[in-house]
Amino acid sequence: MPLNISTDKKFIIAGIMALVFVVVIVKLFLLQVIDPSYKLSASNNVLRYVTQYPARGLIYDRNGDLLVYNQAAYDLMVAPNQLSKFDSTDFCNILGITREFLEKGIKDAKRYSYYKPSIFLKQISAETYAVLQEKLFKFPGFYVQARTLRTYPRKTAGHLLGYVGEVDENIMKSKPYYQMGDYIGISGLEKSYEEELRGSKGVFIYLVDVHNRIKGSYADGRYDSTAVLGKDITSTLDADLQEYGERLMQNKIGSVVAIEPSTGEVLAMISSPTYDPELLVGRPRTTNYRTLQADTLNPLFNRAIMALYPPGSTFKIVNALIGLEEGVVAPTTKYSCDGGYRVGRGVGCHSHSSPLDLVHAIQASCNTYFCHVFRNILDNSAYKSIEVGFTKWKGHVESFGFGNKLNIDLPNELRGSVPTISFYDRYFRKGGWSSLTIISLSIGQGELGTTPLQMANMTAAIANRGYYLTPHVVKKVGNDTIVDSRFKIKHYTSVDSTWFNYLADGMDLAVNGAPGSGSTARIAAINGITVCGKTGTSQNPHGNDHSVFVAFAPKENPKIAIAVYVENAGFGATWAAPIASLMIEKYLKDTIAPNRIWLEQRMLDAVIIDRRAKKK
Amino acid sequence: MGWANIYAAVYSEEHSSIFDFTQRYGMQLVWIGAAVVLALLVMAMDSRFYFVFANFIYAAMIMLLVTALLFGTEVNGSRSWIQMGPIRIQPAEFAKFATALALAKLMSKYGFKIHQFKSIATIAFLVITPALLILLQNDTGSALVYSSFILVLYREGLTGWILVFMVFMVLLFILVLVYNIPVILMLLFALTLFLFVFISGRYRDAIRFGVGIIGIGVVIYGASEFFNLNLSWHYFLLLPLVVGIPIAIVYAFINRLRYIYLLVLFTLTGIFFSFSVDYVFHNILDTHHQKRINDLLGIESDPLGWGYNVNQSKIAIGSGGFWGKGYLKGTQTKFNFVPEQSTDFIFCTVGEEWGFVGTTVVVALFLMLLIRIIRVAERQRESFARIYGYGVASILFFHIAVNIGMTIGLFPVIGIPLPFFSYGGSSLWAFTVLLFILLKLDSTRLG
Ligand SMILES: [Zn+2]
Repeated sequence: MPLNISTDKKFIIAGIMALVFVVVIVKLFLLQVIDPSYKLSASNNVLRYVTQYPARGLIYDRNGDLLVYNQAAYDLMVAPNQLSKFDSTDFCNILGITREFLEKGIKDAKRYSYYKPSIFLKQISAETYAVLQEKLFKFPGFYVQARTLRTYPRKTAGHLLGYVGEVDENIMKSKPYYQMGDYIGISGLEKSYEEELRGSKGVFIYLVDVHNRIKGSYADGRYDSTAVLGKDITSTLDADLQEYGERLMQNKIGSVVAIEPSTGEVLAMISSPTYDPELLVGRPRTTNYRTLQADTLNPLFNRAIMALYPPGSTFKIVNALIGLEEGVVAPTTKYSCDGGYRVGRGVGCHSHSSPLDLVHAIQASCNTYFCHVFRNILDNSAYKSIEVGFTKWKGHVESFGFGNKLNIDLPNELRGSVPTISFYDRYFRKGGWSSLTIISLSIGQGELGTTPLQMANMTAAIANRGYYLTPHVVKKVGNDTIVDSRFKIKHYTSVDSTWFNYLADGMDLAVNGAPGSGSTARIAAINGITVCGKTGTSQNPHGNDHSVFVAFAPKENPKIAIAVYVENAGFGATWAAPIASLMIEKYLKDTIAPNRIWLEQRMLDAVIIDRRAKKK
Repeated sequence: MGWANIYAAVYSEEHSSIFDFTQRYGMQLVWIGAAVVLALLVMAMDSRFYFVFANFIYAAMIMLLVTALLFGTEVNGSRSWIQMGPIRIQPAEFAKFATALALAKLMSKYGFKIHQFKSIATIAFLVITPALLILLQNDTGSALVYSSFILVLYREGLTGWILVFMVFMVLLFILVLVYNIPVILMLLFALTLFLFVFISGRYRDAIRFGVGIIGIGVVIYGASEFFNLNLSWHYFLLLPLVVGIPIAIVYAFINRLRYIYLLVLFTLTGIFFSFSVDYVFHNILDTHHQKRINDLLGIESDPLGWGYNVNQSKIAIGSGGFWGKGYLKGTQTKFNFVPEQSTDFIFCTVGEEWGFVGTTVVVALFLMLLIRIIRVAERQRESFARIYGYGVASILFFHIAVNIGMTIGLFPVIGIPLPFFSYGGSSLWAFTVLLFILLKLDSTRLG
């Protein structure tokens, strides 16, 4: 190989290396000596990252009425490393704060981070903001960040809508999207649809000089990102019905849930006592929250999905259906009743004509009849043991949505309870119990725990003659009507749909039977609408019985299914039935007939809060 | 002269320890100690040892790579570590010098001719095997290091056009991603014509040909618009080419201009390459690689997300200014704004604390080291030692250029260490072994 070629190559290789290194040095020169933007950002430490908060989605009711919207609010931020001397007297005067507050605020901010800005004062008013804005340049290290607050024009459905609050340490750790000062849905719809409602944040990056003045966009906005607006949500709620229900339930404890049977859409969900959702917004939230939390009536507790009550006599409907499906009772089967079921410990009954067939037993709510039905189911000779019979019964009960979460699109729903064999084996002993020992299940007492939502859902299943759709509270997210395919699935009960008509007839008679025929809920009748209903009285160890009523209307092609619980109010017919009936009338007819105004007034005026205390 | 070599090497060693003494903790000191022992060990061996056992060492390293791949520990998504008691080593680091040794042994064989197919195939096999294994370990950066051996091949006789061609391909790669393919195709066409004029001087023919081709394209485009055919751009860019190529070939045949065939081949290769880059980039590359490349080219950016490292790294280096903030006074690096600052982004510390002066000195020292290595390599009488020397220079060059390049936003972020600076035992030892084998070979060079 001729010497000169390899020599050339040697120089070329060295030359390539040198060239690359020269490029590197030129770039370093540009970066370190010429380009000011990097130096500037570092000498102040920060490019100021100004987060763009997207407006949270609005919430509408099913008719397009606004339930939740946003109001502008301003947070005063402080970046400790940019602080320098300023007129603190003027500053305190503008904000109406004390010097101690100022000193403590700055100390706290420094403790949080010397570089990262933190909130100095939350939600200053628009007026204060206007004054402050003028003079902000005099206070280096402080700047204002615009935020929004939730506002509730109708002040209704607080439990269902839920509220938003600031993220805490744990949330920030588990969900890195959230940063100090961010808001997140904490309960209700705000929580379950958090991601849809919140949208996503953007960030604008500004160059800031040593005097804390914005010098312009960093790198011509190349690194900026705009915020994506949160989506609006249309709830299934009927705000008028919801408000009306809240008024009827005022000064009472309990819950009302109304569902559109054909869709599973929740029309109203009332938990009483309720609270004004405005209380849980903005600066006063913490104080108000504590007050609400300290209230012995527990207004923050959403009874509709979190309270467990025995279903009482309304549960006879389910037992009747199971009996029919199992073939241990026929619509024509008659049992006589002389004021009670007298086997074992026995179950008492009220006076009514005797004997009765199934439909009329529902009409008159005869306890004796359903003791027979229940024992027939459990002691069915087709099954070898009580365990098999009980398991059958339990399976049917669960097919109505009891004992499990219905999976409504709200957080914290309870599953309720249906007793198990092992529970009774433990409670008594194995083999130590029979259909007689657990006879109270026949009339919906005993070891049954159901939420008002589950009861409304059961009523919807009867209205639909055999199936229910998972109850849900959201109709539309953004412009998409189809929210979730799981809300489109028909869940069939394990009872054949033909049997349901007998029950609808019985519930029809219970409301619309002739006077003196033994109907238990005649007070719930509405002119021109066939309401089908069933009263219940749910015993509880803490005081007077709860008044329960479930109903759907109209009988054919039902538009509404409803469950009402009024705690410690006594008979179902006295309180729960009128409230349910008024709500049905309001929903289907929009106005209350003149001949029922007295009833409405009686419900509005009733105060049933102190009864619990009385018995204690 | 040997003294100057050792001086250069030891100087770098000391340099790292100056930084590491105070910046790093005890661990790096232990590793430096081990590196010194390792260096002594390397020097104690007979220099023939490396020649005789080159292939054996290479095979052993390949085995280690396979072991790491199969039984290795995963760190940061790369399955490239072998745990041995308290220490972890990264075979990929050591495979580099082993490959350099094996390559040197192969190419120094008597009668070896680089342009033979068999030679090229063997070389390709030697280099690609470890690169592929490392790629499988999900360590793209270390795998790319092997491309630097092209410099060795060039020195040993490979035609220089290969280098030009590679540079051209890299340019084309960047252009395809920054602009879209139609623009690239037009540029390619213009370039081909320009080359033709440059070589032949027949600019009249070139103009006629160019106008003709563009005319065809315009006619098709016009027809598409006029008849509302909605033809895709493929038609009016590629059809003229289909017409143009036969004409060019006929022209070449008549005028007996053989280089036109090369030009045609060049154009076709360019087109094919552009399309495949587009396809590979959008369909085969991981999103995080895509994003890093996009970030570098300024197509997309997200300084708080995946662009964070580079942006913060640039802020740190940029904030150093001309003189730097002074030793240990760096705020950006001290407050951990730059992730991985002790490993792959160590250069930030230099940039922030020592400023432009410091970075220039470091870069210049590295360049001096490389040139020194090349001179050492050139004065070897045995081609084995010379080729190995070039291997050392190429590997170091690639590491230095790419590592510094990525901290200042000249190169996409692929995690490879800066020789003698980055924290970590494996890389320090590997570079020590790499360099000291060369020193040993040089010291026993027959005078
Ligand atoms: Zn009776």
